[in-house]
Amino acid sequence: MADRRPKVVGFCCERHAMDAVVLSARTGEQVDVSVRLVQVPCTGRVDGLHLLKAFEEGADAVFVLGCLEKNCYYDTGSIEGRKRVNYVKQMLSEAGIEKERLEMFNAASTNTWAFPDAVSRMVDIARKLGPIGGGERQ
Amino acid sequence: MIVAKRKPLNEIADMVAPYKKVAVIGCRSCVAICLAGGEKEVKMTVSALKVKNKKEGRRQEFEALVVERQCEKEFVKEVEDKILSSDLVLSMACSLGAQTIGDMYPDHLCFPGLNTGFFGVPEEQGVWSEKCVGCGNCIIHTTGGICPISRCAKSMLNGPCGGSSNRKCEVNLDIDCAWAAIYDRLKLQNRLDLIESITPAKDWSASHAGGRRVYVREDARLTPHQKKGREAVQ
Repeated sequence: MADRRPKVVGFCCERHAMDAVVLSARTGEQVDVSVRLVQVPCTGRVDGLHLLKAFEEGADAVFVLGCLEKNCYYDTGSIEGRKRVNYVKQMLSEAGIEKERLEMFNAASTNTWAFPDAVSRMVDIARKLGPIGGGERQ
Repeated sequence: MIVAKRKPLNEIADMVAPYKKVAVIGCRSCVAICLAGGEKEVKMTVSALKVKNKKEGRRQEFEALVVERQCEKEFVKEVEDKILSSDLVLSMACSLGAQTIGDMYPDHLCFPGLNTGFFGVPEEQGVWSEKCVGCGNCIIHTTGGICPISRCAKSMLNGPCGGSSNRKCEVNLDIDCAWAAIYDRLKLQNRLDLIESITPAKDWSASHAGGRRVYVREDARLTPHQKKGREAVQ
């Protein structure tokens, strides 16, 4: 299991979350290369279907990274994002899939630690839980 | 509108488990408005079922479809080939939609994906409340436009009862007393005399108690000649 590279998908808003991602890269923070980033205009644009599709297409863990809830560029986008994440977590749980595979994080533009922290948490979860269904990774 | 709720996914998965090819059919009417069985909900349910199957190593084929109104045969007809080529139809419409498919294709299995709840209205975004039970004998002109049959826990016709306290119902203190609301509305309309008049026992024969109800409008029905003509056109 240790040599397997987990598949983690991250939906990041192009405002404060992407700023935090870029800033963390500039400061030399290292992140696991297993993560695939999807840039979205706002986490309010992330739909439950996007999150489920990521799992359907083979993701082991998915996270959404948006602005701080009281400092969202579009005011309430990251609150909408969190609501959808919670709804899909409930659906996963109903379907017998570990809801820890999906998480929502928030970051300010200057939080250099936020993105690496989110990635390492999700990679740890993906490693711990393994792929959905236990199949071989592609 | 008819308000419904998706069944828990594990219940749906157990229902559809023995069938290889499943057509999941939603409806763009009431259940789309109450976010239970519209296009997005159908796609999300299919996606979640696929993830569950992946986890359990089960192979199934799902097709997500949506029709305009599943309770009308002409709209269901549009997806007839998909229905007939599937092993099972999972209806994501209210029970009426599921039964329409069942009636049209009686030798074909059609299971419900939703639990049909009630006749209600959207109160605010994400909240729907019951306003009517379809008793077949509407009296809201005497109750300020508020239905005591659906909104009063005891369906009282002459309220409020002794269990009403501080505008709340004794059944559950989270429920507003329907008759307190009726009193307010009648007062606003200057028709408080109505609350003192006694409403006689309701004639429930128009309600569900007599079995399935059928309403007919003879002027809207097709004559055998018209039916023949329509069939010829189709």
